[in-house]
Amino acid sequence: MTRKRRRLWILLLCAIGVGSATALTLTAFQDNIVFFRSPSDIMAERPAPERSFRLGGLVEAGSVQREEAAAGARPTVRFRVTDGAHAIPVTYQGVLPDLFREGQGVVTAGRFGLDGMFRATEVLARHDETYMPPEVADALKRAGHWQPEQGTPPPAATWNTLQPARTGSGS
Amino acid sequence: MPRETGQPIAAPPKGAQSTGARSLHRFANPGRFLRMTGRLMPWLWALALAVTAWGTVWALGIAPADWQQGETVRIMYVHVPMAWLAMGGYLGLGILSVMSLIWRHPLADLAARELSPVGAAVTALCLATGSLWGKPMWGTWWVWDARLTSVLVLFFLWLGHAALVRAFDEADRGARAGAILALVGLVNLPIVKFSVDWWNTLHQPASVTRLNAPGMHVDMLYPLLVCALGFSLLFGAVVLARTRAAVMERRVRALETARARRAEAAPVG
Repeated sequence: MTRKRRRLWILLLCAIGVGSATALTLTAFQDNIVFFRSPSDIMAERPAPERSFRLGGLVEAGSVQREEAAAGARPTVRFRVTDGAHAIPVTYQGVLPDLFREGQGVVTAGRFGLDGMFRATEVLARHDETYMPPEVADALKRAGHWQPEQGTPPPAATWNTLQPARTGSGS
Repeated sequence: MPRETGQPIAAPPKGAQSTGARSLHRFANPGRFLRMTGRLMPWLWALALAVTAWGTVWALGIAPADWQQGETVRIMYVHVPMAWLAMGGYLGLGILSVMSLIWRHPLADLAARELSPVGAAVTALCLATGSLWGKPMWGTWWVWDARLTSVLVLFFLWLGHAALVRAFDEADRGARAGAILALVGLVNLPIVKFSVDWWNTLHQPASVTRLNAPGMHVDMLYPLLVCALGFSLLFGAVVLARTRAAVMERRVRALETARARRAEAAPVG
């Protein structure tokens, strides 16, 4: 009985030890664990032009400009990445992911040019945690509750049981 | 001679008591486990297959597509249950390890040993489906963000446990080492769960945090929950069946050892 009790205490002490060691390590390496930095982070501490990093946020509504590419060249696109407080202009030459649109979350990797423009070498789409059928999204847009270009959808409780009349086959 | 062969046959319970008394005593509890699960198994398999079939048809055939992901969203109905099972299963491994280290429960050792390959398999499925989903949606198969990396660590923990418990000649020492590894690895579990909240990640935060306010339409949520239930039952059935087989294997080995001992002792007597 006492032996079991003792083993229990040893285990608990080890758990506290391992747990706090892990917590301290993770806190210490906080800056290295983040996958991307927001425009506000960048504004607070602007990286040197030659340093590459990842910038993440929403594609600002109305900011996407596609430039006609010369034959054979990859198309260039300009847009601004915002977190609501600040926005950073980005230029990218290459193929965008299917989910890329205004109001969508993106993570871009690259570095600042001397002109203050962020030159991305990679653009990844960042999906948000909402899932809704097309009919529901259409109903929200029609009712004016949500413009996808403006960013994240309204609180889930307002739409997750919505059953708009299905039009067409709606498989 | 016939007398001699007759004696051992009558003797086993007594003969086994002297040499294998401790091992037989240890299987008193597993015996009850075998009887109880023996009655449960057919029902569990039937229920697991029925719920999985129901969930799969609902999720892959009837549930609506996502407004922007389209049909690709159906990967979620496999990916999310596998992720839940990878984490829930590991929590189970942690509980078994505590039982093993504190109470020296022999059944916990066997169950942990049989659980980890199945846990590794569901974690691998979670990673594979996530990768297949990431390419069309995010535009990449893999990134080293906190969520993906911590799940990869979870996968290695499962594999490491499965390998470690089998790496010793003495099963008890292997079980002890495996239990310690599993408990140390338990710190990774909150990291997996909260990585998307603590740090910026490419992976989105959880959609189903509380059942009353999911960030998911109910037409997608319900098939997801049915799929999760079906896969969980299947997971439980596979692990239980493996554990039952392991208990029976141990018993056969114990009987064979006892018989070999008797055969050794017979010529002397």
